[in-house]
Order: sequence, then structure tokens, then C-alpha cells
Amino acid sequence: MKRVFILSMMCAVAFCLVAVSVSAQTKKEAFKYEDKIGVVKIKKGESVHIAAWMVVAGPDASLGTDTKRGAELAIEDKGGKIAGFPVKLSVQDTGCNAEGGQAAATKLAADPTIVAAIGSNCSSEARPGAPILWKAGIATVSPSNTAPFLTDPKRGPEYDGYLRTAHNDKVQGAVAAEYAIKQLKIKKAATIHDGSPYAEQLQAVFADNFKKLGGTITSQEAVAPTDTDMRPVLTKIATGAPELIYYPIFIAAGGHVTRQAKEVRGLEKTFLMSADGTFSSDFIKAAGDTAIGMYHSSPDFSAFGAGYKTFLEKHLKKYGEKPIAPFHAHGYDAAMIVIAAIEKVAKKDAAGTLYIGRQQLRDALYKTKSHKGLTGNLSCGATGDCADPMIAVYQITSENVKKLAIPQKPVWSPAVAAAPAAAPAPAKKK
Amino acid sequence: MTEEERVRISMFKRWMQRITHTDVIMWLIGGAILLGIIWGSVATLRAGIYTVHHWFDFTIFGLAQGSIYALIAMGYTMVYGILRMINFAHSEVFMCGPYTAYFVAAAFYSTGFLDQYPIVSLLMIFFVSMATSTGVALLLERIAYRPLRTAPRLIPLITAIGASFFIQYTVRGLYGSGFQAYPSVSILEGEWIFGGFRILKFQAVVILSAAMLMAALYSFVQRTRLGKAIRAVSEDKDASALMGIDIDKMIVTTFVIGGMSAGAAGVLYALMFKQVHFFMGFIPGLKAFTAAVLGGIGNIPGAMLGGIFLGLMESVGPSLFLDGLGIVAPYQLKDAIAFTMLVLILIFRPTGILGERLAVKKA
Repeated sequence: MKRVFILSMMCAVAFCLVAVSVSAQTKKEAFKYEDKIGVVKIKKGESVHIAAWMVVAGPDASLGTDTKRGAELAIEDKGGKIAGFPVKLSVQDTGCNAEGGQAAATKLAADPTIVAAIGSNCSSEARPGAPILWKAGIATVSPSNTAPFLTDPKRGPEYDGYLRTAHNDKVQGAVAAEYAIKQLKIKKAATIHDGSPYAEQLQAVFADNFKKLGGTITSQEAVAPTDTDMRPVLTKIATGAPELIYYPIFIAAGGHVTRQAKEVRGLEKTFLMSADGTFSSDFIKAAGDTAIGMYHSSPDFSAFGAGYKTFLEKHLKKYGEKPIAPFHAHGYDAAMIVIAAIEKVAKKDAAGTLYIGRQQLRDALYKTKSHKGLTGNLSCGATGDCADPMIAVYQITSENVKKLAIPQKPVWSPAVAAAPAAAPAPAKKK
Repeated sequence: MTEEERVRISMFKRWMQRITHTDVIMWLIGGAILLGIIWGSVATLRAGIYTVHHWFDFTIFGLAQGSIYALIAMGYTMVYGILRMINFAHSEVFMCGPYTAYFVAAAFYSTGFLDQYPIVSLLMIFFVSMATSTGVALLLERIAYRPLRTAPRLIPLITAIGASFFIQYTVRGLYGSGFQAYPSVSILEGEWIFGGFRILKFQAVVILSAAMLMAALYSFVQRTRLGKAIRAVSEDKDASALMGIDIDKMIVTTFVIGGMSAGAAGVLYALMFKQVHFFMGFIPGLKAFTAAVLGGIGNIPGAMLGGIFLGLMESVGPSLFLDGLGIVAPYQLKDAIAFTMLVLILIFRPTGILGERLAVKKA
């Protein structure tokens, strides 16, 4: 009898143990959250950390400040919360050069609380920076890198965590060349770049398209971003007698080229055209009165979505001024698709801890399809190009220089030109 | 064999024994550079893309840039002459002046004073800039260098680099990390034409005022009692102290002169390029230091010559040397040309263009 009792007791204990362990196992399974490269855990009361790596100091600070404001407004529009958790946006300066981008990315990569990043601004920063971030499992969405290389199919697996809401310069260079040939009716152009991947690739795209449309490129010169004396290089350009100079460089050097071009013999009547990298109020300050009448190729504000008007109102209210550079709306959209992707993949356990898988977040970002953003319908392609690229050409007026504000309305855009009779006459140079 | 021939042969033998493999290699490198330069220049001139007017323009651009380098180089070379130390913070002395004077210029511009009384305004701007730069140079000497005067030579050098960063980031803290743009002065706009050769007004002003300043400085050092005392201190500190010269006062005077010329160079720079920011001193400072070494560091006419030579090379060099060789976008290599020139000069004249006298007496 005793033996039977012991046996039954043992059975009961064993049964209980199994039951407990099974139930424990099922409980564990409910919170299981796996990811190929890592999971960010955010405890209750902590915040979701998104990092912005942008140029917020130095001569190109207006570019980064503009995109940072866009991202801040996006987070504000979401009530400052993702899946019920407060959002923390930290900012790292990148300096608009490769060294700065590398330093900022290394610093971000060392911080395990960062879920995703927004940036960088200049393509030169992304080239070394994006692989460092992706090695640490941080996906990044750039609001203003435009160099074709970054989303080229040959860019390599180290750029797998990289996407952008900015246009690809293959589009921008083509629009600029089309405007020069068809609207300004010119046949000879020269270009200047500063050795950065952005400038070098954009002027190459412009030159290729310009030649395809029947124009001649008289010379393709280069300067250093820190150069101040552009008169010798402009004198060299003048020997080819171009009718237009396209210089998609940055603010400091762009200001020097604009000021000094008019002082060089043979370039007094040459059209000047720059691109989105100098399309900012700080550039107008740098170039002063000499900027009047020059052109810029840049994103088309007039083609932006319906929400853009309210965005501008909020921007004016919060920062007391109109946007100072062209990529604020791209910054807003970048933040929005990051937030949407986090919300899609984030899961909460019973204790209220939020789990976000890094690989899953990256995949969710790449799966963004027809997201209704300020800059248009965003759909991310296989190489990370998410933009709905619409480029227009702007002309700086004396009013812009007086108020130190970028023009809000383009003088020409391919979309308007495609609609017959709506195309405005080419603006006369002053 | 006459006696004379025998002497000559023995001299030749001694000379042969003195030269080392390094010398030969250096000469070969120098020769190769020189050959490249001559080849490139001949090819460019034969291609005939540039007219006389272009070369004239290049020269004027180079002279204007070079006179600014020369004025800054003055500060480097004088401090080296008297303290045997490279004052790496001199580029910040150069930056402080025009950046501070910008606020005066902007105030004059917004009130319309600049257009009404341009000469008075410009003089005021020069005064503020030179005063600021001199003040910074004096503080630098008093706080950073004087306590270390007896320390080993490496220590003030490192201190100078530290002081350079300190001043840069103090200014960044005061005035912000962005840049400011000088207003344009209408009397300096436009151009003069002499027999078909065109010169921009502000370039003429920059070149002339730099030349005047340099002449004044040179005659101050060469002709006045104070200048003589400075030269005496830079020859031999102990002996001049025994002769009753106040060494501290002479060193302070040197810093004042260096600060004044840097402040003036700063305004000329701002008139030429308009943009001022906290990091603007770095590259002109580096070039001016190069110019001082090129001319023979410690030697005042050498620094002037070095600065103008460097400015000319940067402006004329890329077109003259590289265009004929078919190198694309030669102006990207402008700094490379400037530093190659330094290498070339130092291979053949290790003491710099005018540096020989000093090398004998002070090395």
C-alpha cells in the first residue's frame, strides 16, 4: 500500500513539474521576439531613441537645421509618441564632410539604445557613415543625400540599411540640363565640382544630359570646399566662353563662385546655375546681391502634397521663419516612414517592455509602399530610393536677397512644361 | 699640371666626398619636378589657349592673394626670429580681427554710414580689426608664451597649438558656428582699365595697401631705434640684455607688429572674399607659414617674397604647369602645387629663398 502511495505521489509530483514547466514554456513563447541581428528592448518609462546625424554647425548648418526641423515637426504631429512610448530625437553634427560623417556614425553605432537614424545631409557623410551604422544594425533614412552612388545596385551589402527620401541626382541633373538647353536656349556650358560625391556625380549627370541634348561642355573644373579664391579657376573657365556655369557645390565655396564670377572677364553675361546644396538662405547671405538672377535646381515645392500648407504654418509658428533650405519636407517624410516602420514591427510584452527587431525594422522600411508624404507618394525600391522625385528650377530675385529667404515658387518645372500652354516663358536674366 | 689645376682637382674630390646618396636622390626629385614644370609650361604656352590678358589677370589675382599671405607671414617670421618658436596661434590672431570688425561693418552698412562716408568707415573697420588682433596677440604672449620662455622649445610649440584651438572655439562660442558676410563697399566695386589691361578696384587697393604696410614695417624694423633693438634681441638675447635693452618689451613689440599686420591682412581678406567664420584662419595661416619657410624663416623680406611667390604659384601654377600636361580640373591641385614649390625650393636652398644669413648665425 505504502509503495503504491509513494508511486502515486511521485507520479503526481512529476505531473505537476511537467505541467509547470510546460506552462512556463508557453508563457515564455508568448514573449518570444527574435531578430537576425538584434533586438532593442525599451522598458516602460523609457523612450524610443531616434538619432539624427545632420550638419547643424558650420557654413552648411542651414541644410541640417532645415531637415532637423522637418523631423521634429513629424514627431510632434505623431504626438511625440511611438506605440505609446515617448520619442527622443538626439542630434549629431556631421560637418558636411566624410570625416564628420564617419565620426558621427561611429558615435551613434556605439549607442545600443538607438533604434533608427535619420540622416545624413551631405552624400560625402553617408558614404563612410551608412556602412558603420548598418554594421551596428541601425537603419538610416536620409532626407537629403542625392548622390546616385548611394542607391546604386552596385553599392554593396554594407549599404543594406540605407534608404533615402531625397531624389536621386540622376533626375536633378537631367532637369537642370533640360532647362539650360530648352528654356535658356544655350549650347555651351561649364561645370564646377568640389570633389564631394554629391557635386562630382551631379555635375557628371548634368554634363552627360547636356551633351545628349546637343550641347557642348567647355570644361569640367574642380575646386576644394575650403577654397576662397575662385577667380583663377573662373578665368580658366572663361577661355572656353561658356554660356552657363553649373556648380552644384556647397554654401561657402558656392558663395565665392557666385560673387567672383561677375568679376572675371568674359563671364559677365554667363548664366549661373547651382543646385539644392546651395539652395538656402545662408547661401543668399554668402553671395549677396550677386545671387540675383541666378538659377537653382531643387525639389519642386509647388508639387508637394496637400499637407504641405499646414506644415508650413506649423513651421512658421514653431521656428518663427519659413523653411531655410529645400529638404524640410523630406526630413518630415523620413521621420514619418521611420515611425510607421517602428510601429509595424514593435511588440510589447506583458510587463510593458517594447521589443523592436533591427532586421525587421530595416525590412519594414524597405517595404514602405505608397506612403502619402509631403513630398509625394513614397515607395521604397530594392536599393533604398523612396522618393517621388520632382525637380524644378528656381531663380533668385532681389526680394529674396533683401529678405534672405529662398524663393518659394519655381520658374519652371518639367511637370508644368509637360502640360501645354502652362509653361511660363524663360525668365529673363537681370 | 699647374698648381692651380691641382687645387681645383682636390677641391672637386673633396666636394665629391661630401655629397651623399640622399643629396643625389633629392636633386633627382628636384630635377624631375623642374622638368615637369618646364615641360608643362611650354606645352601650355604652345597650345595658346590663354592670351596676354589672361596671364595678366592670373598675375593680379595671385598678387592680391599673395600680399595677404605676405602680411600674415610677417607675424610668423618675426616671432620666430625673436623667440625661435612657431606661433601656430597666429592664424587665430588673423581670424579674430576681421570677424570682430564684421559687426562694425554690418552696423555701418545698416545705418547707411558705409555708403555715405566709405573712407572713414573703412578706416574704422581697419582700426577695430587691427586693435582686436593686436589685443589677442598681446594676451597670447602674456598668458601662453611668457611663462614658458625658459622651457624647452617643444613646450611653447604645443602650447601654441593649444592656444590656437582655444581661441578658435572661444570665437565660435561668442559669434556662432556659422559664417558672416561682409557688406560690399561701393567705392571698391568696379574696375580700372590701363591700356586694355583690366584691374579690379579692390584688388588694386589690396595690393597697394599691403605693399604700403610692408614697406612701413620693413623700414620700422630697419631704420628706427626700436627696430634695431628688436633685431639685436633676435641676434642674441643675453648680449642685448647686457647692453640695456628690455627684452620683454621688445618681444611685446614684436607681437604688436605681428598682430597689427595680421589684423590688416584680415580686413583685406574680408574685402576680397566677404565671408568670415571662426575657422577662416586655418588655411591662410598654413599658407602664410609655408610662405615664411619658403622665404627663409626669421627673415622679413623673405616672408614677403615667399607670400607673394606662393600666391602667384597658386593662381598661375595650375593653368601654366598642368594645363599643358592635359590634367583635368587642375585647380583642385592648387594646394599641391603650392607645397610642391616649397619642396622644390627647400631641396635646392634648404634655408629658404633669403634664409642663408640667418642659418649661418643662428642655427
